[in-house]
Amino acid sequence: MLLDVRGLKKVYEGRQRPVEAIRDLTFGLDAGDLVCLVGPSGCGKTTLLKCMAGLLAPTEGEVRLRDKRITGPPPGMAVVFQEYGRSLFPWMSVRDNVELPLRNKGIARRQRQDLVAQALAVVGLADAHHAYPWQLSGGMQQRVAIARAVAYQPDVLLMDEPFAAVDAQTRADLEDLIRDLWRKLGVTILFVTHDIDEAVYLGQRVIILSSSPTVVREVLGVDLPERRDQLTTRSDSRFTELRAHVYAQIQAAKRESMEILATFGRAGSGKSSRSQSEAKSV
Amino acid sequence: MPAILGLSGLAGLLLLVEVLPYTGVVSADFLPPTHRIAAALVDEVAEGAFWSALWDTLVAWAVGLAIAVAAGIAAGIVIGAVPLLRALTASTIEFLRPIPSVAMIPLAVLLYGTEIQSTLMLVVYASFWQVLIQVLYGVQDVDPVAEETARSYGLGAWARVRYVLWPTALPYVMTGVRLAAAVALVLAITAELVIGAPGLGSRIAVAQSSNAVPNMYALIAVTGLLGVGINLAARGVERLLLSWHQSVRGEVLV
Repeated sequence: MLLDVRGLKKVYEGRQRPVEAIRDLTFGLDAGDLVCLVGPSGCGKTTLLKCMAGLLAPTEGEVRLRDKRITGPPPGMAVVFQEYGRSLFPWMSVRDNVELPLRNKGIARRQRQDLVAQALAVVGLADAHHAYPWQLSGGMQQRVAIARAVAYQPDVLLMDEPFAAVDAQTRADLEDLIRDLWRKLGVTILFVTHDIDEAVYLGQRVIILSSSPTVVREVLGVDLPERRDQLTTRSDSRFTELRAHVYAQIQAAKRESMEILATFGRAGSGKSSRSQSEAKSV
Repeated sequence: MPAILGLSGLAGLLLLVEVLPYTGVVSADFLPPTHRIAAALVDEVAEGAFWSALWDTLVAWAVGLAIAVAAGIAAGIVIGAVPLLRALTASTIEFLRPIPSVAMIPLAVLLYGTEIQSTLMLVVYASFWQVLIQVLYGVQDVDPVAEETARSYGLGAWARVRYVLWPTALPYVMTGVRLAAAVALVLAITAELVIGAPGLGSRIAVAQSSNAVPNMYALIAVTGLLGVGINLAARGVERLLLSWHQSVRGEVLV
C-alpha cells in the first residue's frame, strides 16, 4: 500500500466546544490508483486532505506514505488546491511558479527547464511560459497549478475540489486532462470532490464518506471501461446506476445525521473555521 | 488634461504672489513678488554654499531613510512572524510611535550637538515607525492558501520568507518607504532649522536672520521641489517593483 490512512481522527479545539471534524477514517491507496473521495458538504473532506498532506496534525491515528509516518509535508506528494488564484503566486510568471518547487528541491537548471517545459506542454500551456497567472482564465490558471504538481514528479497527487470554481465546460476538459495525465504518467491520485458525477466519471474507486463526525461509508469500485469520454461514458447505463447509488448513499448519510441531530440535539456536526470550500448542494 | 489644469493652478499661485505685494494686502518686505524670489533663486543656484547645503540635506535624508527602512523591514518581519514577539511589543510600539520626533531635539543636541548625527537621529526615529507599521501589516497579509502551497512543496521557513512573505509584504513596504521618505525630508529640514546642523534648513534660518527674505522664499521653494521629486521617484520605483500587483496592473480582462 502506497498511502495508508489509519484510524484518522481530527478534533478542532473550538472556543466554546471541541468540534469533531473526522471521527475514524481508514482507507488506502495503491500505487497507480485514481481514487475519488465524495461526501456530504461539511463532512471534513478538506480537513482529511490537509492531514494527508502533512499540513495539519491529526488528533489520533496516522497517515503513512510508503510506510513512513507523515509528520509534515512529505517529499513525493503534491497538492492542487481549489483556490488556484490564491495558490499560484501573482508575483511570478507561469514558468517561475512551476519552477519554484523544483528549485527548492535542488534540481539542476537544465533539468528544471526541461521539466517545466514538459509539464506546461502536457497541460496544453506550452506558449504561456512568460504570462502571469492573473493574465489567464480560471481554467488555465488551474492548468498551471496542475503543471506545477506534475513537474514536481510526485508519487501521490492530492486534489482538493480542484474544479469547483470553474465553469462546466472547462471542468469537463480538465476532468479529461486528469484522466489523461493519470494514464500517461502513472501517478497515484486522490481526488476530493463534492460532485458525484465527477467522482464516478474520474475514479477507479469512489470512497463515500458519512456526514460529520466522519467515517468511511462505502468504498465503491467503478467498473466502467478504462477509456472514458464525456459523451459515451456519461450516457452509459452503468454510469447512471453508479451515480444513482452514490447519490442514494450520500442522501442516506445526510438523513441519518439529521436523525442523530434530532435525537441528541445540536452536537457533533461542525465545520472547520478555515475550510470555506465545501459546496452547498450535492 | 489634468496636467494642464495642475500647471495652470501653479501658474495662478505664482501670479498671485507676484500681484499681492503691490495691492498692499501684505508688505513686500515679508512677501516679495515672484520675480524677486526667482531672481534670488538664480543667485542661490550660482553659489557653491547652496549646493553643499543641498548635498548635506540630501545625505542626511538618504542615510537616515536607509537606516530606518532597513531597520523597519528587519524588525517588522521578525516581530510580524513571531506571534509572541508581536504581542509583547504591540503596546510599546503604540506608545513610542506617536511621540513627535521634534520632541527628541533636546536629546539629539545633548548627544550629538549640531553635527549631522543629530539630524540623522531625528530622521531615523520619525521614518522607522512608518516602515515598521506597514511591514507588520504586510506580514499579516500572507494568504493561508499560498502559505500552505509553499509548505506542501517542501519550502522551508527561509524559502517561505523569501518567496511568499516578502513579495506579499512588498506593496506595504513600498507604501511605508514612500511615507517615510516624505517624513524624513520634513525632519531633516526641521533638524537643520532648529538645531543648526548643516543643510538647507540652516541656510533658511541664516537667510531669515540676515533679512534676505527673497532668498528665504527661494530656499523654501527648493525644499518643496525636493519633496515633489522624492515623491515622484518613490512612485516610479513602486511601479517598477510592483508591476504584478493589482494596484499597479489594474483590472485585467481575461
